[in-house]
Amino acid sequence: MRKFRERAGDWLDDKLTPVGAVLGRKPIKVPLIILGVLLVYALPILNLPLITTPDSDFPNVLFTVTVYAIVAVGLNIVTGYAGLLDLGYVGFYAAGAYTVGILTAYHFAWPFLLVLPIAMGITLLTGVLLGAPTLRVRGDYLAIVTMGFGELIRITIRNTAWLGGTGGIKAIPAPQSIGAPDGLFQIPHLAWDGLNPLIDLSRSTKFLVFGVLDATPYFWLALTALIAVIFVERLVKTSRVGRMWEATREDEDAAEIMGVATFKFKLLAFASGAFIGGLAGALFAAKAGYINPISFPANLSILFVAAVVIGGSGNRWGAIIGAVIVAYLPERFRELENWRLWFFGIALVIIVSFRPQGLFPSYSQRKARRAARQSARLDHSEVTADV
Amino acid sequence: MSDTDVATDTAVKPVLEVDHVTIKFGGVVALDDVTFDIRPGEILGLIGPNGAGKTTAFNVITGVYQATSGTVAFEGVPLRGKKRHQITKLGIARTFQNIRLFPSMSALDNVLVGADVHSKVGVLNAIFRTPYFRRTERAGRDLARELLKFVGVAARGEEVSVNLSYGDQRRVEIARALATKPKLLCLDEPAAGFNPAEKQRLMQLIRDIRDAGNTVLLVEHDMKLVMGVCDRVVVLEFGKKVAEGTPTEIQSNPVVIAAYLGTDDEDDDDDAA
Repeated sequence: MRKFRERAGDWLDDKLTPVGAVLGRKPIKVPLIILGVLLVYALPILNLPLITTPDSDFPNVLFTVTVYAIVAVGLNIVTGYAGLLDLGYVGFYAAGAYTVGILTAYHFAWPFLLVLPIAMGITLLTGVLLGAPTLRVRGDYLAIVTMGFGELIRITIRNTAWLGGTGGIKAIPAPQSIGAPDGLFQIPHLAWDGLNPLIDLSRSTKFLVFGVLDATPYFWLALTALIAVIFVERLVKTSRVGRMWEATREDEDAAEIMGVATFKFKLLAFASGAFIGGLAGALFAAKAGYINPISFPANLSILFVAAVVIGGSGNRWGAIIGAVIVAYLPERFRELENWRLWFFGIALVIIVSFRPQGLFPSYSQRKARRAARQSARLDHSEVTADV
Repeated sequence: MSDTDVATDTAVKPVLEVDHVTIKFGGVVALDDVTFDIRPGEILGLIGPNGAGKTTAFNVITGVYQATSGTVAFEGVPLRGKKRHQITKLGIARTFQNIRLFPSMSALDNVLVGADVHSKVGVLNAIFRTPYFRRTERAGRDLARELLKFVGVAARGEEVSVNLSYGDQRRVEIARALATKPKLLCLDEPAAGFNPAEKQRLMQLIRDIRDAGNTVLLVEHDMKLVMGVCDRVVVLEFGKKVAEGTPTEIQSNPVVIAAYLGTDDEDDDDDAA
């Protein structure tokens, strides 16, 4: 069984490595990127068969997937780059969402675009406040402490009337629309008759009206945020800061002795992750219009970590693909009803047992693993030669 | 044994002063009132049988342990209370007995981490790709490549460090330590696991490092290497300093011979370790 699993893992590795090499490395052609991005923006309009979720509103699913992708990019900084297993990430997601809820609806009525940076700032502060005492513990202990903090945030919200208590916050306004009520222009969606595209005039997206019925503008907003996050995150990762994170992850003591102020950089990773988690939470709150403590359960944290680990810890593209898998697959296969979570669980187990490093691990991890495999094969052949 | 007949000029201010340092772990006295100094531009060997306190002395110098009593001063600045990364910034760099590179980072990135010690690039500099960012990044890369060339691993710089051979990993570790631009380079048993040819090359490398203007502290088991490369040698036994002098003096010192170099048996013990 173990042998089979290893061989299957190798096979998968050989198949995925070229794909990952294209996705994970720099020289992808610029026009290809632009085309890809445009295609993603157009997804809710195109309504492509097979991809489109048959049993739930597709733009809505796309929005959720994108928010999860933002979360995965943020968590990948903490867990993937700096190696800090954070099982309480939902706490930051909640902090972002609640800041928006309170400032736009519950106690104030400020516009969303003004509140968004405030929400991210407050979440960043939360990250620093939680990180400063907890980041002194390492490994499994850190995971437990962060899990506690995630719960702590949820329970505090539940028991604080000023934060809405168990009832939550209702009627969170949508972001400011442009050209309301009919938008600057309208984009009709496509409908498919087999393989023939038809223009569906009954469904068109008003640009740019954040309404209740059409989630497409929210998806565009979230996707724009995701792209901005990836852009900035890449700049930071490919600098001294990224190296310090990796060095801390690889060997904290050695890093400290080589002059890395490990605590400072761990805190920075934690705060950056919180910042991005706050953004995701803020977008979620603006779209949902209603949040309560039940929206932020501990198992959501686990799902976030699962996204990063499945996709490939330490590789932002891997983490995003993990988020897509985690958020999209259960919606796509809604027709399986109660079985879908069962299948989802099986899929996770299969991925983790055949590909423990994730579908698209970071380039260096891939390289190291391949070398280890080669030397293992050499050792093996030597042994058989002796016999 | 007096210090006066030592090769290096004693009038020069020492780089590092270890002054009456005692370290106790519970009831165990690991270092007992040890005093020695390291002078600029020399290679100082720290030797002694197993358990003599070499590694403890090494760790107190690099800030891993704090002295129970006594002081360690680097260029006149006491190291007590300094964090380990601050000590590196002051100018003490080290390698590890059991190699501790960052395994899944490339050799070049490993050395770059060392070079980053003196960089102040933070998130904002990185996001805006400021001129300061570009300047330090380029300088760091140039330094890292140069150092990899210096230690002889230039061709494999892009390789992930776990994939490098054992000897190359040791060399990358030395390059990483040198990248912090240390005033004192501490090597913890750099020849462990080396064959005689590799040891020969290592001796040359250590000499080259010294000739490039560095001061070197060498903790090593291999007598031939220590005697061949060091300017001065400090001998520890049971946590105490028993002798200090040039390699020739040490080799003819009766105390040292009795304690350490003495019989073949002792030597065998040593090799077994």
